[in-house]
Amino acid sequence: MTTRIDTRFAELQTQGRSAFVTYVMGGDPDMATSLDLIKALPKAGADIIELGMAFTDPMADGPAIQAAGLRALKAGMTLKKTLDLVRAFRKDDNATPIVLMGYYNPIYIYGVDRFLADAKTAGVDGLIIVDLPPEEDSELCIPAMKAGLNFIRLATPTTDDKRLPAVLANTSGFVYYVSITGITGSAAADSSAVGTAVARIKRHTPLPVCVGFGIRTPEAAQAIAERANGAVVGTALVDVLAKSLDAEGKATAKTVGAVVDLVASLAGGVRSARQAAE
Amino acid sequence: MNSRLNSFRSGPDERGHFGMFGGRFVAETLMPLILDLEKAYADAKNDPAFQREMAGYRKDYIGRPSPLYFAQRLTEHLGGAKVYLKREELNHTGSHKVNNVLGQILVARRMGKKRIIAETGAGQHGVATATLCARFGLDCVVYMGAVDVARQEPNVIRMEMLGAKVVPVQSGTRTLKDAMNEALRDWVTNVHDTFYCIGTVAGPHPYPMMVRDFQSVIGDETRQQMQEAEGRLPDSLIACIGGGSNAMGLFHPFLDDSSVEIFGVEAAGHGLDKLHAASLTGGRPGVLHGNRTYLLMNDDGQIQDAHSISAGLDYPGIGPEHSWLHETGRVKYLSATDEEALSAFQLLSRLEGIIPALESAHAIARVMDLAPQRPKNHLMVVNLSGRGDKDVPQVGDILKGRKKT
Repeated sequence: MTTRIDTRFAELQTQGRSAFVTYVMGGDPDMATSLDLIKALPKAGADIIELGMAFTDPMADGPAIQAAGLRALKAGMTLKKTLDLVRAFRKDDNATPIVLMGYYNPIYIYGVDRFLADAKTAGVDGLIIVDLPPEEDSELCIPAMKAGLNFIRLATPTTDDKRLPAVLANTSGFVYYVSITGITGSAAADSSAVGTAVARIKRHTPLPVCVGFGIRTPEAAQAIAERANGAVVGTALVDVLAKSLDAEGKATAKTVGAVVDLVASLAGGVRSARQAAE
Repeated sequence: MNSRLNSFRSGPDERGHFGMFGGRFVAETLMPLILDLEKAYADAKNDPAFQREMAGYRKDYIGRPSPLYFAQRLTEHLGGAKVYLKREELNHTGSHKVNNVLGQILVARRMGKKRIIAETGAGQHGVATATLCARFGLDCVVYMGAVDVARQEPNVIRMEMLGAKVVPVQSGTRTLKDAMNEALRDWVTNVHDTFYCIGTVAGPHPYPMMVRDFQSVIGDETRQQMQEAEGRLPDSLIACIGGGSNAMGLFHPFLDDSSVEIFGVEAAGHGLDKLHAASLTGGRPGVLHGNRTYLLMNDDGQIQDAHSISAGLDYPGIGPEHSWLHETGRVKYLSATDEEALSAFQLLSRLEGIIPALESAHAIARVMDLAPQRPKNHLMVVNLSGRGDKDVPQVGDILKGRKKT
């Protein structure tokens, strides 16, 4: 089955460029601002949107994304409302892929089958669940694939050649290469090491490989986009959003614009990259 | 499935499951290391040299076996069952935590790891880890919620004296669960040289099994000591439960002895209808910190704040094997409030001259109503998991009315 993710990567390949993948936390700092923001992302140059599902205990995230999740929860965000956000986005945009990213417990409590049905109906295309390695595929990965959603796996520097086939076995949509061992918002990996790692993964899979962690500038985005099929930026966007808030952590008139400006600038970096020969 | 009917001691399965509980819910970065650890632990477990080395340190460094002490005045006061205390508070570093840390540090050395990280609530696990790291010349970083740093200051000072770096955790609720989050973040970042020494029977497989095995020395000794003292098995066992490692260590060797009643005591905090830390009584199955287990959470799957007067029990989860023992009914899980623990703390201090840790006082609190209901020939063992020195300033303040629980 073809998802919006597959379609998007096919289009980008025709255009000969890499994807710009943007991460924002759903409901940060509130539902209305968050909806305005994700609606504005495609026009600013985002090819794929990753939407964070807020969780109290995000143990693979750095301080910026931890704080974003807590802001969203404080404003009343729930998993159900995250799906509402996607549904509202889909009214005007039926092409930009949306990937939900987060942790398993809220989905487990929502109920796996009900969640997958509701997510598919809302217009979600894929899932990245940080705390579900291949060893736990029967929990959500296999049911998600059956429900027609991509299950996008993280590969890391510790995922060696022996382990890669297991990690890739049930992966679809794209592979997300986490370029460093660390939490979100950590320092960047150097781009030549990233190139080597991407080439290594590509020897094991025909899927597009997107690279994230530590990308903050158009130059860094360009360097990654030249070596992978996509560059993912999250913490840098969340940081800019946080700086635009008032003293109580509420949205201001500048909030959406501040993030959109950075997205446009980073998208320029991605678009100026010449994609590596496949 | 048949094996489960025949034995409560055969778990976990090869994927780390105790029934539906347990598992390996961790980020991919950690998965290869967890598989390495599983293999390294299996090798160590079957290596007589490892077992000999551990036995040597248990005897001469920790001071084991810990006594099984007949609490005569407590028994007379309660007027029922004969109450024995398993004196884990007499171990080097003052609690049962050192049993597990010794085992894990010896495994870490076999794996060639030079840097050890740990989370701690009351500070007992942190102190034990700092101690063994000092003994073996390893770098040690301990994550501790900022709230706990404030209420367990003596242990913070001890850890620093032992050469450990104590990192106060400011994220989330700034207690044990957040310390564990922060330790996991460190581990993901420094996975190449770092060993995560988890302090309880929780986390991803193989930790719940490995920590249980290292703590089972408590129950193994108790069985032998009770045989020597009374010529038979005990009739009941009682232990407090945060994550549940002292309880699992006492319980596990007796799980298949159906004549032995087993009671775990969770922290009921201000009361089960208010803020508490009783995951089995007030929670439901979910996934956190690498395993599926009972957790305190809201209807959206967001983890809720736990509360207990005792920092060591102030955790919204519990080890997965306890969740399974709860659902199978083999162990009965009760709870004790902050107030009940405070009363028990004072009672044991005055009757036996033993100041218990506030954690262990929760178990004593339930002994106070279970023992009187049992006949005088009933043999009841309570795990005195830690000593109360660390709690003296806090309890002193509360009793003088300067502070609320």
